[in-house]
Amino acid sequence: MNTSSLIESVKVRFPAAVSAFHAWRGDATVVVRREFLLEVARHLKEDPALKMNYLMDLTAVDYSTFGKKPAPALFSSSGVAVKPAAQIPDEDPWPGPPSSSRFAVVYHFYSTAHKHRLRLLVPVEETAAQLDSLTALWPGADWLERETWDMFGIAFRGHPNLKRILMYEGFEGHPLRKDYPVNRRQPLIGPVN
Amino acid sequence: MQKEPSFLTSRLNEAIGWARKFSIFQYPFVTACCGMEYMATACSHYDVDRFGAGFPRFSPRQADVLFVVGTISHKMAPVLKRIYDQMAEPKWVVAFGVCTCTGGFYDNYATVMGIDTIMPVDVYIPGCPPRPEMVLDGLMKLQDKIQDQHATGRRPAPEARPEILES
Amino acid sequence: MAANPTPGTTTAARAEPAQLETRDMLLNIGPAHPAMHGIIRIVAKLDGEQIRSAEVEIGYLHRGFEKMAEVVDYNGVIPYTDRLNYVSPLINNMGYCMAVEKLLGITVPERCHYVRVILSEISRVTDHLTCVGATAMELGAFTVFLYMIKAREFLWELVEKVTGARMTVTYCRVGGVKADLPDGFQEPCRKAFQETRKVIAEAQGLLQRNRIFTDRMNGTGVISAEDAVSYGITGPFLRACGADYDVRKDCPYAVYDRLPFDVPVGTRGDNMDRFLVRMEEMEQSMRIVEAALREIPPGPVLVNPGTGRPIPAAEMVDLAKMGKISAITGGCAVACPTLEGSGRDRHPSIATDEKRVFLPPKEDGYGNIEGLMQQFKLVMHGHGVRPPKGEVYFPVEGANGELGFYVVSDGSGSAYRVRVRPPCFAIMSALHMLLSKDMIADMVPTFGSVNMIGGELDR
Repeated sequence: MNTSSLIESVKVRFPAAVSAFHAWRGDATVVVRREFLLEVARHLKEDPALKMNYLMDLTAVDYSTFGKKPAPALFSSSGVAVKPAAQIPDEDPWPGPPSSSRFAVVYHFYSTAHKHRLRLLVPVEETAAQLDSLTALWPGADWLERETWDMFGIAFRGHPNLKRILMYEGFEGHPLRKDYPVNRRQPLIGPVN
Repeated sequence: MQKEPSFLTSRLNEAIGWARKFSIFQYPFVTACCGMEYMATACSHYDVDRFGAGFPRFSPRQADVLFVVGTISHKMAPVLKRIYDQMAEPKWVVAFGVCTCTGGFYDNYATVMGIDTIMPVDVYIPGCPPRPEMVLDGLMKLQDKIQDQHATGRRPAPEARPEILES
Repeated sequence: MAANPTPGTTTAARAEPAQLETRDMLLNIGPAHPAMHGIIRIVAKLDGEQIRSAEVEIGYLHRGFEKMAEVVDYNGVIPYTDRLNYVSPLINNMGYCMAVEKLLGITVPERCHYVRVILSEISRVTDHLTCVGATAMELGAFTVFLYMIKAREFLWELVEKVTGARMTVTYCRVGGVKADLPDGFQEPCRKAFQETRKVIAEAQGLLQRNRIFTDRMNGTGVISAEDAVSYGITGPFLRACGADYDVRKDCPYAVYDRLPFDVPVGTRGDNMDRFLVRMEEMEQSMRIVEAALREIPPGPVLVNPGTGRPIPAAEMVDLAKMGKISAITGGCAVACPTLEGSGRDRHPSIATDEKRVFLPPKEDGYGNIEGLMQQFKLVMHGHGVRPPKGEVYFPVEGANGELGFYVVSDGSGSAYRVRVRPPCFAIMSALHMLLSKDMIADMVPTFGSVNMIGGELDR
């Protein structure tokens, strides 16, 4: 299935769930509201036309400082974006972060039968950083969700064992959030350096 | 107080130093990429066995040199310290790779910026990863240290680490 | 498992198993493992020798790759990618660079694609050599390990001729590679492959019909293809179960669609099949490299049209300072050995012609004002590669499976978010299931065949 029919099939089946979509650089992407995540994921897995048997990746992005990097360039001509080459499809421009919420959890799905990929973005508010867990559909989501919890602090309802996986138990904070300074160390032994 | 060494005792010290330096039982505490160069040094091309150090002992009780190979994260640091404490004297520590010397280019929340913050280090082998020739050079320096330590009875005090400036 | 009664004893003399009090033993394995694997902790609940359940704890080598990628600029992430799967660093380099190139929307010259493919496949061979060697060593076959490391040394010498480093190469750049293949690369490559094939044949002779090896590897660590897919497992681990998914064939990138190779697929999904798949994949990778070297488009060679000889770089700089531009226009400099292969003559074949992305050749950087401006705009603080705002996901076939890079850009000089989809993370998340079917001694070959690389697992 090509990217536009893939997006269409999800949009047609779940008109209330899809809040945005695009196919920038050829990657089919759909933004889904958080209440519908489990239904949409189940449909993606079980629908014979889609048959997304692989949950390839599950991660999150923190959009709190998006586009806010100080621009130290002295010349107005520097920092101009590169124009795409002819071979790369550029149907629609990138619409930007999916919504005004701080986080978005990103799911990448793949189907070995139809050889197509889909990206799902689920915006998550900072104050209610909770989503449904997909471990019932894909057991591989177990560790991926633990990592997202560890690095971003987004909890998953229904996860059998939501605890830190890459950092240690005494660690405070969630390192990949934009407000966590890169070299704030919390050593278990030894000096803070 | 050490009494004036006589001819026989100094010869004996030298002999013991010689025997110790050519029978190094290493504990390779391998974590990361430097482990690949460690393997290359230990295998046929760059053979560390001709220095007598070819027998890794995977128990801290049986080892005398702790090769810390690869980045040490803060999660791993208590484990490393425990292994070091379990080793019996005389023991030496080799910091293999720049991540163990100073933290390498992983200046972030997860990495120990040099294992000499948590244990005394005898030889630093920088490199990312160090070439096997550098490792053998470091090993030879360690051997000089081992020889000298027994002959003089003195273990040189580790240099005080300069104060880290708050940025 | 009832023991066979030895002849001469009566069954009445044995106590009934139900009357014996049993307790499961908790065994902590790691995180300081013998050598190669280090940094994993498995807490196994044992009933005698049988593993009832295993809990795997990772994270002991977490080095904050994704956080560092937000701090440094786009080209500065490449050394960090080397150290992800450190036994096959070129595949990681290539994956990241192709992801950023997709984000930018640029393409690289065809010769550059071939060079990247050649070096990726050499990296894949070194990865499989290390994995099979380490597994064999842990089962007791130390000779096989020494032979495989010997073969790996030959391949590393080959990589060093091209990139300048043995292992952590930092060879690819966004928009190209650092330098072209050296002249006369074919001959050392042929010799290295000859040695590697000899070693593989020797290892097969030593292992494949060895009773101890086959008994330990056959039937242990079995996983079905459906289970593997549901955990997200890809790569040789999946192909040994019978599912035929290889990113190079199904979602081809670079020039893989033009090169002839087969993808070995196993049947039973046990350790022996994984071993055999990896051995065959090494042969297929060497086949890809040989085909690529035959088909690679030739690189241009330029000499000074006036004298017919290349000009030493120092002389070129002096001439430029004196203003004698006409003497050096169109000439190519003989650069120092570390810049070999990246001169102006080679530049069109190794780099994209998009000036806002790739550094100019040194002759232009020293020789004319356009090259100087290009260099300045890319290197000085506050300038640099600036992709448009957007997000991409680009998968390549790593040695362990699908290695995907998800890069989000906000238009500034450093990436906003770089996510590595690590192939062995998925395999390790299924490890607890693999181990709980077997005995404690089977943990060693199973864990060895996972090819866990700490840098990739914990990043």
